[in-house]
Amino acid sequence: MRAIPVFVIRRSHGLASLNLRELWHYRELAYFLAWRDIKVRYKQTTIGVAWVVLQPLAMMAVFSLFFGRLANVPSDGLPYHLFVLSALLPWHLFSRTISESTTSLITDQRLITKVYFPRIIVPVSTIIAAMVDFCIIACLLFAMMLIYGITPGLRVLWLPLFVLLLLVSSMGVGFWLSALNVEYRDVMYTVPFLNQLWFFLTPVVYPSSLLPQQWRIFYGLNPMTGVVEGFRWCLLGKGEGLSPMVALSAIVAVSLFGSGVIWFRSRERTFADALGSTGV
Amino acid sequence: MGDVAIKIEGISKQYRIGELQKYKALRDTLADAMYSPFKLFHSIFGSSNTEDKGGNGTIWALKDVSFEIKRGEVVGIIGRNGAGKSTLLKILSRITEPTCGYAEIHGRVGSLLEVGTGFHPELTGRDNIYLNGAILGLRRAEVVQKFDEIVAFSGTEQFLDTPVKFYSSGMYMRLAFAVAAHLETEIVLVDEVLAVGDMAFQKKCLSRMGQVSKDGRTVLFVSHNISAILSLCNKVIYMADGGIRAIGAPQSIISSYLADVLANCGEDLERLRVQGYGKDVWFSEIKMVSNSREHLLFGQELVFELRVFSRRQVKHLSIGCTVFNDVGHPVGTLFTSETFSVEQGKQYYLRLLISNVSLAPGSYHAGFSIGYGGLNGMRHDLDIVIGSPAFRVLTLSEGEGAMPDWNRSWGNIVFKDAQLTVV
Repeated sequence: MRAIPVFVIRRSHGLASLNLRELWHYRELAYFLAWRDIKVRYKQTTIGVAWVVLQPLAMMAVFSLFFGRLANVPSDGLPYHLFVLSALLPWHLFSRTISESTTSLITDQRLITKVYFPRIIVPVSTIIAAMVDFCIIACLLFAMMLIYGITPGLRVLWLPLFVLLLLVSSMGVGFWLSALNVEYRDVMYTVPFLNQLWFFLTPVVYPSSLLPQQWRIFYGLNPMTGVVEGFRWCLLGKGEGLSPMVALSAIVAVSLFGSGVIWFRSRERTFADALGSTGV
Repeated sequence: MGDVAIKIEGISKQYRIGELQKYKALRDTLADAMYSPFKLFHSIFGSSNTEDKGGNGTIWALKDVSFEIKRGEVVGIIGRNGAGKSTLLKILSRITEPTCGYAEIHGRVGSLLEVGTGFHPELTGRDNIYLNGAILGLRRAEVVQKFDEIVAFSGTEQFLDTPVKFYSSGMYMRLAFAVAAHLETEIVLVDEVLAVGDMAFQKKCLSRMGQVSKDGRTVLFVSHNISAILSLCNKVIYMADGGIRAIGAPQSIISSYLADVLANCGEDLERLRVQGYGKDVWFSEIKMVSNSREHLLFGQELVFELRVFSRRQVKHLSIGCTVFNDVGHPVGTLFTSETFSVEQGKQYYLRLLISNVSLAPGSYHAGFSIGYGGLNGMRHDLDIVIGSPAFRVLTLSEGEGAMPDWNRSWGNIVFKDAQLTVV
């Protein structure tokens, strides 16, 4: 006979143990929730998955027109389309993850008040779903690079590291916002604004070389600065690669992630009560 | 200690009143912080629930509950709404934490707290089986292995590739229960799942539950369906006001529970309402007006007066009435063939007359439902109240139709108009 696991139920104090083994056990659930979101997202649209490609393309066109053509924003000597798209690729994932993970616990409140599972699975699944879009946009970008005849060179080997940095930043922010939103719904209404503000604080439509050299390192306090610059550096060979600014971004991202996980895990036991456990 | 499945010591759960509806606005916390910065720090990084100040703005949903359940036992939990049954199951399934106390659970817990949780209306039946399985803690491989069995159990083969939003509510429930019924955890927690579905499917569910316990698994079972509890459980816990009133053999516990229910009937129907019903249309008063309010003589007709309140317009409503005996077994049921409509925001008085009842002398209580749809499993109830009114049928010792003392082992129906001829 199989060994029977023993669970102890008591009120936990302080910071709950992270219990990574349990998270591993529930990994399939994260996958299934993401799969549900992907399947449902474009369900009643006529053009379906084409939206994934259209959205960044449209954004790229608008930015190229207004910033590249009319405002003459410099683009480190690159075609402006490509310059923007290489940044939109990580930005799109980031902005989608923070807006969707913020409301994710509310959206799935019936699940949370009726079934036990590690709640962190819910915001994690939103990022998995967003990664599908990420891959599609990446293909688009590679196709455009081919058209412009740009080959990334050996630097592209650093790309996985920057993708990891992107995921860590997105999840870190996502954990904080989703957990806070359970208790303070104000968060939900702040996020669209936050998203826009963050967009302009990140060198998506302009290069970070616009900033004076001596201040540039502080720019790295925004983890997405490091991500976007890193993506450009790996793929297009421009912008800052392994610089102090990017290192600072990485440090900020990792601390956001670590503190986010701890905060989330220490609050998740109150979620079922906060989300209202009586309603049938 | 080897055969203990669940051991609970002094489990209590406190809720702040209003906590269930209200969420904090950031400004409240910020306002608090203005007054005492330390408190903010404490409320964020400190413990999750406020320390029990006792009474003031808080309620105890559970108070000092202790018991032990052995492996393979099927335990029924009964009690009125608000007695703490569901809170107890929520704590055992780790959805919420106890305020204090300690519990030890030997084995994985599968909970059927609400059937169909996590179903997505846009996904097909097939997709939902996988999704729901994952939510309930089944591995993908396990679902694949049991897929055919689950589909066969639910009887929805032809509709597997149809989004479940097109399912009838009966089909939806059958599919949802089928997934949950195939969980293979050592401990199964069930909350009121049998309140749904048609009779045939309920029977199937009950026998499935019986089978689960034969496999040596432990079942905790919350239900208002007393006869299901009687037929399935070998132990019953009777909860009241957040604590355990009695625990022991089903027959005696259920009798004392029903005695309590009936002693206090006539009070608010809210406590007798089956959970989840009475949202749009509900009974606000039910009384018997036959002879007196408590008893009638054998052979007399039953007359009930029902007051119904409606929050929205509903057409083609009918009333269902079931009479239960003193151990909670249903004796008989009727559905009115007459239908009626209700308007939004209005109150209606209904009178239900049942003649030719033939109920044997004894104690009974009635249950009423209001709903629409046919009886072939498609009926949709809007409100169900069980336990009121309670009444006694008295022996008529003289005159025509006189009855002797009725022996309980004869059942609850007196057959009339029999003819015996010597041929």
